[in-house]
Amino acid sequence: MPVSDAPSITLFEAFFRQFVRHGKALIASPADLMNPLLFFFMVVTLFPIGLGPDPGRLSQMAPGILWVVALLASLMVSGKLFASDFEDGSLEQLCLAPHPLAILALAEVLAHWLGTGLLLALMSPFFAVLVGLPMQALPVLVVSLLLGSLCLTLIGAVGSALTVSIRRGGLLLSLIIMPLHVPVLIFGSAAVVEATRGGNTLSWLALLAALVLLSLALAPLAIGAALRISLDNG
Amino acid sequence: MWSFIHKLGSPPWFFRFSGSLVRWLLPLTLALLVVGAVWGLLVAPADFRQGNSYRIIYIHVPSAVVALAGYYVMALAGAISLIWRIKMADIAMKAAAPVGAALTAVALMTGAIWGKPTWGTWWVWDARITSMLILLFLYLGVVALFEAYDNKAAAARACAVLSLVGTVNIPIIYKSVDWWYSLHQPASIKFTGESAIDVSMLYPLLLMITAFYGLFTAAVLMNMRSDLIWHHRDAAWVRQWTGLK
Amino acid sequence: MSLLVATDVAVERGDRPLLRDISLRVEAGELWQLTGPNGVGKSSLMRALAGLARLGVTGDIYRNTAGLYIGHSSALKRALTPIDNLRNHPACDVQADNDQIAMALRSVKLGGYESVPVGALSAGQQRRVALARLLLSQASLWFLDEPFTALDIAGCEWLERHIAGHLESGGAVLFTSHQPSRFGAEQRNLDLAGYASV
Repeated sequence: MPVSDAPSITLFEAFFRQFVRHGKALIASPADLMNPLLFFFMVVTLFPIGLGPDPGRLSQMAPGILWVVALLASLMVSGKLFASDFEDGSLEQLCLAPHPLAILALAEVLAHWLGTGLLLALMSPFFAVLVGLPMQALPVLVVSLLLGSLCLTLIGAVGSALTVSIRRGGLLLSLIIMPLHVPVLIFGSAAVVEATRGGNTLSWLALLAALVLLSLALAPLAIGAALRISLDNG
Repeated sequence: MWSFIHKLGSPPWFFRFSGSLVRWLLPLTLALLVVGAVWGLLVAPADFRQGNSYRIIYIHVPSAVVALAGYYVMALAGAISLIWRIKMADIAMKAAAPVGAALTAVALMTGAIWGKPTWGTWWVWDARITSMLILLFLYLGVVALFEAYDNKAAAARACAVLSLVGTVNIPIIYKSVDWWYSLHQPASIKFTGESAIDVSMLYPLLLMITAFYGLFTAAVLMNMRSDLIWHHRDAAWVRQWTGLK
Repeated sequence: MSLLVATDVAVERGDRPLLRDISLRVEAGELWQLTGPNGVGKSSLMRALAGLARLGVTGDIYRNTAGLYIGHSSALKRALTPIDNLRNHPACDVQADNDQIAMALRSVKLGGYESVPVGALSAGQQRRVALARLLLSQASLWFLDEPFTALDIAGCEWLERHIAGHLESGGAVLFTSHQPSRFGAEQRNLDLAGYASV
């Protein structure tokens, strides 16, 4: 007999399964995990080479350098976020699921963030040493990157969802979300600069946290809409 | 009133309506522009500190104001298109994007022209100019996204989503850039309370702002008209209109 | 109550109209094949009926029951095992536990492959993993776009058997296929050549 039409698994269960699916796929390809870190390492190395090795000037510029490179690394990985789902037909199936696409896509974005942004934030002290960031600023660097990378990943996901159906959409993705990244960059680097001066970092970090909450609330809606639009284009 | 709005959605009706609108709006706007430009660039008194070089604000400020307002118009059209699936709103959004982008570019270039004699360099990273630059990127993103999509109906939807995301972000961007660096003069026009600039400079400025709004509207309407003609080039009403011409 | 009711459906791809004036009623136990020349719009119509395409589709489509869509792409992650892929399938309609999934894999003759990454399987084997979902989902309406592709003779027989079984338990199936009709008289055809927009 035809069975009932109630969704066969709960929303929470569906969220968790999508999270696990992407988490496992990410872990299974260590290259995807290492690439952003290697990129960070390489580009941070370029700055002293380009600016000169003077330690005073370097440590003055360190907060900005670290944050800009983190932003570039985030741009680099954002392009891959929904690409494989689009190509192998998973996106179609996701759209047919009896659960809000926004929530299921959020599961994927969070799994992606754990493997890229979170990792980068935790490893950042090693790179901070390369550009001479004062030791007392390290905790704030990590916290600002933790909060900021989550924002950047969410915003990047919106861009990825909009451009996933476009061939070679990587540069377009960067163009679209670069303006949206500016507030995150401003608050994040300001927090670290304040930390080097021993000032009050709490207000900048609170602003970052506010951006995180706003992104968590609104980005999934945009991502869900954009994914359906991309499917209609491809 | 609802029937009027409903009629706007019909291409031939909108085409006729916008035609009669542009027929008087464009000459009026151009007249205002000429009067305002002459008044501001030639007649208004020189500034105490900046001399005659300040006069570029009669182009810089109106273009910046209308460029920002234009983004909201574009996003509003996009929202209407997404929510109510009205095709004319799509066309309005597509028409507004390049006009807004051009106005932003004008604001940036005139800002640079203003900056050279005032601060000595062609570019200064102050809050207002930086925000204008980011606005330019927001516009370019919308235009580029539209061109990149093959399916143009999907392209319009995607641009609507992007403009809405940009709209939410613009206040955040402006405030964050403001806190980042404030070097630019604080806003010298307040519509409530006393203005910080002299009346003899304020009036031509307000006139130019009005003229630029008119220019934006006329340009968007003309863009929409040519878009409609192109898309419906095989329709009877288009053949009739071009035949008469 | 019909499982699927479609009225005056028109489908376009890009800005080109493909099909128009399609009306269809699918009852429990019915088998429908969409036929027509290449490019007429079989896949596009299938996607529209399944609820995937929204832009470029006009008309009313009502699905009164849960549907299952299997298209050309398998929706499998190459790095994950068949069990992981099925349990965490993005359509979120697999409620079975690992034992039931393993049993479904045995049914499609992939018994020893539960822990092999899907990327290591052949195209035919991957297809069978995707089709194993038919055994695990509770959906009544099946939308299958070229399901017999890449299947060997045993695989085709398996699929025919399970389609027949699904019809008997009150489900309905819509499919497309390049291969000659294999279901004989019980099957209804919708020939799209007659609905093509010029």
